[in-house]
Amino acid sequence: MNKKNYAIQVDDLTVAYDYKPVLWDIDLKIPEGVLMAIVGPNGAGKSTLIKAILGIIKPIAGSVKVFGKPYKKQVDKVAYVPQKGSVDWDFPTTALDVVMMGTYGSLGWIKRPGQKEKKAALEALEKVGMLSFQDRQISQLSGGQQQRIFLARALVQNAAIYLMDEPFQGVDATTEKAIINILKELKSDGKTLIVVHHDLQTVPEYFDWVTFLNVKGIASGPVKDIFNDDNLTKTYGINYKVAVNQ
Amino acid sequence: MSSAQLEIQLIAALVAMACAIPGTFLVLRKMAMISDAISHSILPGLVFGFFITQDLNSPLLILLAAVTGVLTVIFVEFIQKTGLVKEDTAIGLVFPALFSIGVILIAKNANDVHLDIDAVLLGELAFAPFDRLMFGETDLGPKSVWVIGTILIISLSLLLLFFKELKLSTFDKGLAATLGFSPIVLHYGLMTVSSITVVGAFDAVGAVLVVALIIAPPATAYLLTNNLKKMLVLSCFFGIFSAIAGYWLANYLDASIAGSMTSVLGVLFLLVYLFAPKQGIFSVYFKEKQQRKEVSLLVFLLHLQNHQDPKERHVNHLQEHINWQKVQAKTVLDLATKNNLIQIDANNLVSLTEKGREFTDEALKYITTNKETAIEDLKKRFFLFRG
Repeated sequence: MNKKNYAIQVDDLTVAYDYKPVLWDIDLKIPEGVLMAIVGPNGAGKSTLIKAILGIIKPIAGSVKVFGKPYKKQVDKVAYVPQKGSVDWDFPTTALDVVMMGTYGSLGWIKRPGQKEKKAALEALEKVGMLSFQDRQISQLSGGQQQRIFLARALVQNAAIYLMDEPFQGVDATTEKAIINILKELKSDGKTLIVVHHDLQTVPEYFDWVTFLNVKGIASGPVKDIFNDDNLTKTYGINYKVAVNQ
Repeated sequence: MSSAQLEIQLIAALVAMACAIPGTFLVLRKMAMISDAISHSILPGLVFGFFITQDLNSPLLILLAAVTGVLTVIFVEFIQKTGLVKEDTAIGLVFPALFSIGVILIAKNANDVHLDIDAVLLGELAFAPFDRLMFGETDLGPKSVWVIGTILIISLSLLLLFFKELKLSTFDKGLAATLGFSPIVLHYGLMTVSSITVVGAFDAVGAVLVVALIIAPPATAYLLTNNLKKMLVLSCFFGIFSAIAGYWLANYLDASIAGSMTSVLGVLFLLVYLFAPKQGIFSVYFKEKQQRKEVSLLVFLLHLQNHQDPKERHVNHLQEHINWQKVQAKTVLDLATKNNLIQIDANNLVSLTEKGREFTDEALKYITTNKETAIEDLKKRFFLFRG
């Protein structure tokens, strides 16, 4: 690994939908082992940044390196928790089966999951407190439970970096606490976690690193150094207090 | 049963199965109507293929037509991506254009061959046994059996090999992409298989009815199961059943085989839609009725728990007080008595039993805390709150 251990390094990244830039010239260095929030107003490009890091969206300029290499060579080191609303929960499958999908990456093409993968999935379900729901059809789960299933699916990937798109959206307080505890546990295991986050009030409590984003990168660094009125105002405009009070 | 009859049923069953497999994924991907587009727009491909090969069953012709099918999908996506029209409009723009090119080509150049518009729209299953595959002097059976059989084997093998990948990319495209399973490759793979299947099936059942075979069996199966594998098996079963039942219906009515098959599919869907055990219209209606009754029961029990005064607990008073109709009050009283939740003494005074008190406490705890665990326990022990 190179001199400094950056889990993810983004250089001059620009993403556009139909020639309209959503992310402008982003430079971002995320050190290994941080629990980082990405904050910014609606339409700031938070989800887009995560998707661009993962290569789901092709940037029109710039590069992304994961542990110093292109993402394509590091697929097994990165786990992704998409927004809950990105899938159809009426799909005919069970909670256990969805979690098992997290093991598909290590299996590669054609090979089927077996006992080993099932065991890993069951362990992950236990970790998120959903073991008793393993055979439940996914549409029969509450929003918080669905989010936990997504988290369990990322856990079985046993990755070094976790990218999460609003994992706290529409979940109850209990689930939120359960999720943040798991995130902190992952951090103490040396994992890097990058979380798109909406609730500014909980940023200092949950995270140790923060990135302010509003189409351009505003600031990125330790929460205790840069989570201040100055950066909030730069990101949210003069009305940032409204955002805090939401 | 004559051998021709047997052969027609065999072809119909093979076609139904071959359609149900890609159909299941198309339905789950909410792309069912793309099969309609493909089934029409392969026509110019078929005609061009026929000009080149002069043989309606040539593999080259099937491939050329399938390419037109995939092109349709590409055109639709291209128009849709401009953001100027929605997907359904894009589909409606592309396939009639391609289909009409096919219609003109047939009218100008192929009037004297088997390619006519009726056959294109409705198929000619009844004539399928006449077109036989010969190896020297040996009769190897109807050509259609070989064509559609080959297509079925290909799509079955692909399904077995790539079941995991298809499931993942259908459920969660984003995850599929990040795990290294290109959703684009899988998407166009599915589109290619769908196109080839439509071309193969189209000869037997025609452009309109092939759509029914692709959509109706998976849509019916979807109402009955929460398991993708079972959904695939059920889709195939419904397809085969309606193929064979449809044949005999056509025989009895002396009507079109493909038309009868599709009618059977429609009736089958209607029956499942009405009577499916979990999601059927009737079962949902009865479940809601039962739930209403149980909520009333709970209101009643809570009232009993809150009022110790004998005046409040008299049967007649309850009817007036909770403001229920006589019938409803009686139903609720009966339900509570039947489950040993209440007892009624000689003076017509109602009181909670031990079980009734326990039930009310638990229910109250659930309502006030709204904890998932509380309801899980209740579900196991009492009928109320169940799904």
